[in-house]
Amino acid sequence: MATIELKQVEKKFGESYAVKPLDMTINSGEFIVLLGPSGCGKTTTLRMISGLEAVTSGNILFDGKDVTWLHPSARDIAFVFQFFALYSHLSARENIAFPLQAQGVKREEINQRVKAVAEMLKIEHVLNARPGALSGGDQQRVALARALVRQPAAFLMDEPLGALDAEFRESMRAEIKQLHLKQNATTVYVTHDQVEAMAMGDRIVVMSNAVVQQAATPSEVYHNPANLFVARFIGSPGMNLIQGTYQAGKIQLPGSNVMTVPEAWKQTLDSKLPADGKVIVGFRPEAVEVAADGEIHSTTYASDLHGGYTMLHLQLDRDVIVHARAAREMRYQLSETVRFNVQPNMVRFFHPETEAALQNGSHTT
Amino acid sequence: MMANQTYQAQSPVNFSTRVDKVGRRPMIASAIKGIVAIIIAFIMLIPVIWMGMTAFKSLSDAVSVPPKVFFTPTVEGFVNLFTQQRQLTDAEVAQYQERTDLNWAEQLVLQRQKTIIGQSQFAGQLLNSLIIAGASTIFSVIFAVLSAYAFSRFEIPGKDDLLFFILSQRMLPAVVVTVPIFLMYRQLGLYDTHIGMIFLYTSFNLSFAVWLLKGFIDEIPKEYEEAALVDGYTRLQAFRKVVLPQAVTGIAATTVFSLIFSWNEYAFALMLTSDRARTAPPSIPLILGTGGIEWSTIAAGSMLFLIPVVIVTFILRKHLLRGVTFGAIRKG
Amino acid sequence: MSNIRLENITKRFREVTALNDVTFTIKDGEFFVLLGPTGAGKTTTLRVIAGLEKQDSGHVYFDAELSDQIPPAERDVAFVFQQYSLYPNMSVYENLAFPLRSPLRQTPEAEIKTRIHHAAEKLRISHLLERKTGKLSGGEMQRVSIGRAIVREPRVFLMDEPLSNLDAKLRESLRVELKHIQKTQNSTTVFVTHDQIEALTMADRIAVLDEGHILQIGTPFDIYDRPATTAVAQLVGTPKINLLPTVRQNGSLVVQNSTVQINTPAGGVPEEVLLGVRPEDVKLTENGRFNGTVALIEPLGVETILHIQAGGQTLLSIVPGATTHRLNEAVRFDVSETHLHFFDAQGVRVQSG
Repeated sequence: MATIELKQVEKKFGESYAVKPLDMTINSGEFIVLLGPSGCGKTTTLRMISGLEAVTSGNILFDGKDVTWLHPSARDIAFVFQFFALYSHLSARENIAFPLQAQGVKREEINQRVKAVAEMLKIEHVLNARPGALSGGDQQRVALARALVRQPAAFLMDEPLGALDAEFRESMRAEIKQLHLKQNATTVYVTHDQVEAMAMGDRIVVMSNAVVQQAATPSEVYHNPANLFVARFIGSPGMNLIQGTYQAGKIQLPGSNVMTVPEAWKQTLDSKLPADGKVIVGFRPEAVEVAADGEIHSTTYASDLHGGYTMLHLQLDRDVIVHARAAREMRYQLSETVRFNVQPNMVRFFHPETEAALQNGSHTT
Repeated sequence: MMANQTYQAQSPVNFSTRVDKVGRRPMIASAIKGIVAIIIAFIMLIPVIWMGMTAFKSLSDAVSVPPKVFFTPTVEGFVNLFTQQRQLTDAEVAQYQERTDLNWAEQLVLQRQKTIIGQSQFAGQLLNSLIIAGASTIFSVIFAVLSAYAFSRFEIPGKDDLLFFILSQRMLPAVVVTVPIFLMYRQLGLYDTHIGMIFLYTSFNLSFAVWLLKGFIDEIPKEYEEAALVDGYTRLQAFRKVVLPQAVTGIAATTVFSLIFSWNEYAFALMLTSDRARTAPPSIPLILGTGGIEWSTIAAGSMLFLIPVVIVTFILRKHLLRGVTFGAIRKG
Repeated sequence: MSNIRLENITKRFREVTALNDVTFTIKDGEFFVLLGPTGAGKTTTLRVIAGLEKQDSGHVYFDAELSDQIPPAERDVAFVFQQYSLYPNMSVYENLAFPLRSPLRQTPEAEIKTRIHHAAEKLRISHLLERKTGKLSGGEMQRVSIGRAIVREPRVFLMDEPLSNLDAKLRESLRVELKHIQKTQNSTTVFVTHDQIEALTMADRIAVLDEGHILQIGTPFDIYDRPATTAVAQLVGTPKINLLPTVRQNGSLVVQNSTVQINTPAGGVPEEVLLGVRPEDVKLTENGRFNGTVALIEPLGVETILHIQAGGQTLLSIVPGATTHRLNEAVRFDVSETHLHFFDAQGVRVQSG
């Protein structure tokens, strides 16, 4: 299994950057997810690692060996595409065997390896079928099998679940992760779905506008987003982000609300904010604690059942709504007054101009 | 809008503006592209330019070897085109030669030893072409839009067969059907009439126009009309207010294709018209002078013949580019 | 506003039966969601209500008035489509005015203006009124589409997956907004979706459809807590409900190939029973009755999904986000007996307790 290093790798299309100079190390056996909205550069990055796209400048190293200008087939990688890319005129078995035949592997060995991989993915019963006759899930399993059978140094996957129905997606997600745990192959996985990224990645690389916004574990990305983009993008719904004005340990929030700043943050806010005290307060929906004597006043805008819990949407003023996770038994009428507090250890602060998270050096995850 | 979205609007930095755009070089690049385009266009247009020049050459300049690029422009070609002439008698020639006060027209008469005795038929033929091609184009497009819409939107029994039948109308070469049509037209009194020719060209254009327009209308999502239907409009009103504006591109393309066919059509016009309804295409090749081919005259005729199509295409150019490339770049 | 009744509606397209004897009533002021997979017949139902599709048999009533013969234009319904229904050659204002200017309504221009400004304010699109619709983002377009329905003040809103072409974040926010608007206006709304979370979060009542049949009608709580069939149970809730085959042994139900075994519920169940347990009802506790190992951990931030291997079965469990569980760790767990679901061999809910 390979360690993959990207050194100042960049890609330009014409005059605009698809990927700005990027440094990244993917450890051997690691499952890395490149996450971001469409057009953020994640797929281009993946394609540069695979060699399907040439870099504009920079170097790509596999186990310390420079492969920047090596042909994709010489890099010993397997690529799984969103639309499966199965050959429709070949049976599932022939599709899986295809890369081995290209390498000139002996017939008996091919049969043996196809059988082993089909068993692992539980697709023995569809081996003789053509891709067109298979369900979306089985097609993607065959595509995965074709990648696995090679035993490559790294797997590169470009939204492999994107084309599947929601009902398959959840279980395929678990299957791919389980497969990774068995094989421990270095994997680079591209997706725009933050749930997928959180569930699967050892580390998540959040990208936006050709730039890496944050590269960290799912827990870190969720609890300590590096900037507003990550805070908004991760979570469903994203982090509540409210503009306020800080002064002497208190923050003025919309709707004439005042929030007390946790002790641990006061020093940071005193020193790091612009002169006018403008600050963006961030907290996750589960950090909201509804309480009769809560310091923030709001009215219910909507409340809805999400199965196991209820999501409250609380209006501070016309344009500012806070999402709060509540017990599923909680039911509210429209425009009811609700008071709440924010759990002190779960509140985050962002600089209004740089949009970067402020650090106080002590917050927990 | 929820807090997150609203918030974005207030946020001082907009993430989406961060993509860098650099450099002034495109200026030079586009200048070079422009020059190359002009050169290619010039090469492609040489025959047309040559035709235009020939139209303004004198008969002798037109046939000079080596060809003249610089010449004194005359309207001789156009005069020949629109007039009937006869050879001067020797006596008349002598008469002209004696005079010293000849104006430019009389000098020309003397030079060519021909005199104008009346109008030629060309003006009338050009008018016939305009009427017949114009009317048949308008009718083809109107009928085609209506039937294409019906084929695109409604369940019609035997729809596929009907569509194939319509297309098959275009499959027979004109030459094969001219004789039967000629006989039919003579019986019906449609021979050498404007109505006959309009009728013929319309029906000939229809098959192609229906298919072309159906493709365009298929591409317009039916949700548009359904929204209008639910909003309180009738089917016909929805068609007029919602479908037509969106089919402009297709209609423009169909108009141009129909016009070009009707305008250029030669075989039918030659067989089915003689005098009253004769169009320009069969007559241009007949502009042959007595003393060899009069290239200036032919060029003048060809140029005049070209102009209406150029004008229509120019007016509709905005829609055409999307229209004619349609089908080649269909979205997913 | 009004109520709508569908009675024994059947609709066939050539050989395919899209709707098979469908009967239900939508109450005045209700947010009614038609939920089901592709091809379930949800959109056909909506189109039959609108009059865009004619049913082969059965009747549609608006406020007890038989409406089968009334053309779409006169049914006074507003339709919001999944996409495409804005006229690209008109400005946002003209699009909003279009239904009001119809020959049927011929609203005076002054009133059109008031209504449009009112609706635009509510939907936060006032700044877009002069734009051409081609220049709008997906979210803005769908707001305008909804606006075009609102200005009409119709008897009923019909919405065909209006959010499904938007990205996840936008979908979340429009969902909340749409629900808020519906609640403040109290407008009768029929909303089609294949997304269970949209159905759960927005609906007053949900009708679950599959292959032209109604599987269940009820409030989100009914549907989630008492699914009528395994299909409904699997359609609603993420991660999916655990469905485990059981056999009856000495008065208890034993999950095949596993350590899990529970008391036979009061009221009795058939010989073969599928046991349904929602992931949030699989609780990890130190003295849980059953044991298993952690086969997979999916951290989602606010919560974590654990795949627990118990014998030959895998159960999904939701635990809080900050979990200390490790892969392959031996764990003990319990299922809360009050929240169990039982289905017979045909997948139909067995009523118990």
